[in-house]
Amino acid sequence: MRIRVQHATTYDYQSPAEGVVQVLRMTPSDHEGQRTALWRVDVDVNGVLRERRDAFGNASQIFFADQPVTSLTVRVTGEAQVRDTSGVVAGAREPFPLAVFLRTTPLTEPDPAVRAFAAESQGGDTLARLHDLMGRLNATMAFDTEATAVGTSGLEAFARRRGVCQDYAHIFIAAARCLGIPARYVSGHLARTESHAQDAAHAWAEAFVPDLGWVAFDAANGVCADESYLRVAVGLDYLDAAPMRGARRGGGAERLSVTVHAREAVVQRQD
Amino acid sequence: MPTGTFDEMNGWPGSGTRPAYGEVRRWLDETSPAILQTRQAQAELLFRRTGITFSVYGDAEGAERLIPFDLVPRVLSSAEWSRLERGLVQRVQALNALLADLYGAQDIVRAGIVPQELVALNPQYQLAVAGHTPSKGVFVHIAGIDLVRTGPDDFYVLEDNARTPSGVSYMLENREMMLRLFPELVARSQVAPVETYPDLLLETLHSVAPERRNGDPCVVVLTPGPHNSAFYEHSFLADKMGVELVQGADLFVRDEVVYMRTTEGPRRVDVIYRRLDDAYLDPLAFRPESTLGVPGLLSAYLAGNVALANAVGTGIADDKAMYSYMPEIIRFYSGEDAMLSNVPTWRCREAEHLSYVLDHLPELVVKEVDGSGGYGMLVGPHASKAQISDFAAKLRAAPEKFIAQPTLDLSTCPTLDGDKVAPRHVDLRPFVLTGADGVKVAPGGLTRVALTPGSLVVNSSQGGGTKDTWVTG
Repeated sequence: MRIRVQHATTYDYQSPAEGVVQVLRMTPSDHEGQRTALWRVDVDVNGVLRERRDAFGNASQIFFADQPVTSLTVRVTGEAQVRDTSGVVAGAREPFPLAVFLRTTPLTEPDPAVRAFAAESQGGDTLARLHDLMGRLNATMAFDTEATAVGTSGLEAFARRRGVCQDYAHIFIAAARCLGIPARYVSGHLARTESHAQDAAHAWAEAFVPDLGWVAFDAANGVCADESYLRVAVGLDYLDAAPMRGARRGGGAERLSVTVHAREAVVQRQD
Repeated sequence: MPTGTFDEMNGWPGSGTRPAYGEVRRWLDETSPAILQTRQAQAELLFRRTGITFSVYGDAEGAERLIPFDLVPRVLSSAEWSRLERGLVQRVQALNALLADLYGAQDIVRAGIVPQELVALNPQYQLAVAGHTPSKGVFVHIAGIDLVRTGPDDFYVLEDNARTPSGVSYMLENREMMLRLFPELVARSQVAPVETYPDLLLETLHSVAPERRNGDPCVVVLTPGPHNSAFYEHSFLADKMGVELVQGADLFVRDEVVYMRTTEGPRRVDVIYRRLDDAYLDPLAFRPESTLGVPGLLSAYLAGNVALANAVGTGIADDKAMYSYMPEIIRFYSGEDAMLSNVPTWRCREAEHLSYVLDHLPELVVKEVDGSGGYGMLVGPHASKAQISDFAAKLRAAPEKFIAQPTLDLSTCPTLDGDKVAPRHVDLRPFVLTGADGVKVAPGGLTRVALTPGSLVVNSSQGGGTKDTWVTG
């Protein structure tokens, strides 16, 4: 599938914010299953944008605003070709040994409830256990955009049995690591068929399966990633892979608005 | 092997005064306890006036407290010292080589000497700087190596402190105090000077400044602020070096360059002596809620535009489980045997070690692998049955978080206790500086003393005191 992404993130500050710095992880990297065609990241205020590949191999950018700003919009437009690999991610940059992805982080720390949930996973092999885990998690949790916030940990969301894709991913990762399976967080885009804009990008998880390698599990939708999943950044949890992490001085209250259109690109006819 | 405890002044029980202590012995013999007590009180008053205090975490009573100073010095002969110095240089070179390797090719992991999980799973191994070589290749600019002694020639390294070791201000203040109270004694004893430490520190920091075209490098000391237990030391060192003491909010990053806000406008910063843990350095790279750090600092660091002392991620080298591999680590990088011994260490992460430790808790010291300051440790011989069984439960729950060591009979040093001078256990923390041009050690260091009779815990956070440390002759 050729996926077209239009992703706009706007911060409005009550008063001019000084020293705005934003770390962006919004540009996908190619691997065997996906190839980026056109990709642009634009910031609508004056400043400097520097690029660096981060330690996980993600394409990251850092933006420094030149002067105080009352509003800042980051606009991403791009197209990428994605192939269905049954969720298997091959040929991505892998700078770290697998053991790194067994670490726990504050957002993916398990508690006895998460451990017990993980331990109930049935199946003859790793892949089967992960599918079982994903299925049960999808059935147990209710998708709810009000129940959790960006800083909510996996175990908090699990205790509420509600959350968004980020929470599903954190719980899945925490549980997989409890089973001794390396797991990581993925932020990206899911091409949708409905025409209205989404108010967030998507997130899911990858777990390492012997003989297959990294396999992408979207517990929020109860499926492995297919050709409608465009992978952008990975890390131990949301914080490593977040599309944007920013800081500022002053500015008062801030208002954040996000619109995402991720859809199958309409192929233009060559008449 | 002689029995009893080795004393720094009197040697083994029954032997005579050790030669290095000749002057101090005479002085103690000639001075009445009443005069010593008066001098001790004077010292305390002077310290209070300077404001040299230390706050203790978890202490409900008061935020700040004076670290007791004991005026009987701890003396090392120059021969003893030069042996220690060689061992310290070797050890700190190995720590730097280890860090360069762990954040680089990881040869030592591939050689099977250090297990991969110990690195990969260790939260002190900062993934964000993997593959990065800091300015001039130096990771540990300032190391504090904790030594203990059990006999005339038996020194052991108890801990390597490679993150933000503190205590050097006490080394300097204690010397100043002794010069003030007993100038003739210090002169007669031909004590090697430590007063040059701030100059050596500044030289070290200058030497690792990233290259730039014009001007002297700008060095600052970054402190978490007045609530930090070592804030006094941060301001003391900045003052002695003649550089700015700053907090995170005094710095900002623009286009991957660090600037300090000054009344004359932004000034570029080249070297940050940071007394702030990795986790708080940059909210965009580490803990997002940290308000102590500088947003974007990691980008400036990775771009090579600023040097941080110590480098990001040095905590992996002073992890106490990593410590247990130090003899092999030194051999791997230098081809030499370690000149300073390690204390035998059981790694509780290994099943056989754990079961030995659980069976012998009453005779062992158990520590958290990433702990410091004497917090969260068990001293078996001094623990109650209930404390031991509580600790056993903690160990079983998370064995990888602990190591255990035999209880060593630390040497004692004569110490003033009320109206008498009595032996108290001591350790020694020398400070080792590594710059672009090599390794330097201030002669002596900080001697910490357990003021409670028989106690082996010398940490200032646990009520320990300090002494001036002399290298004589």
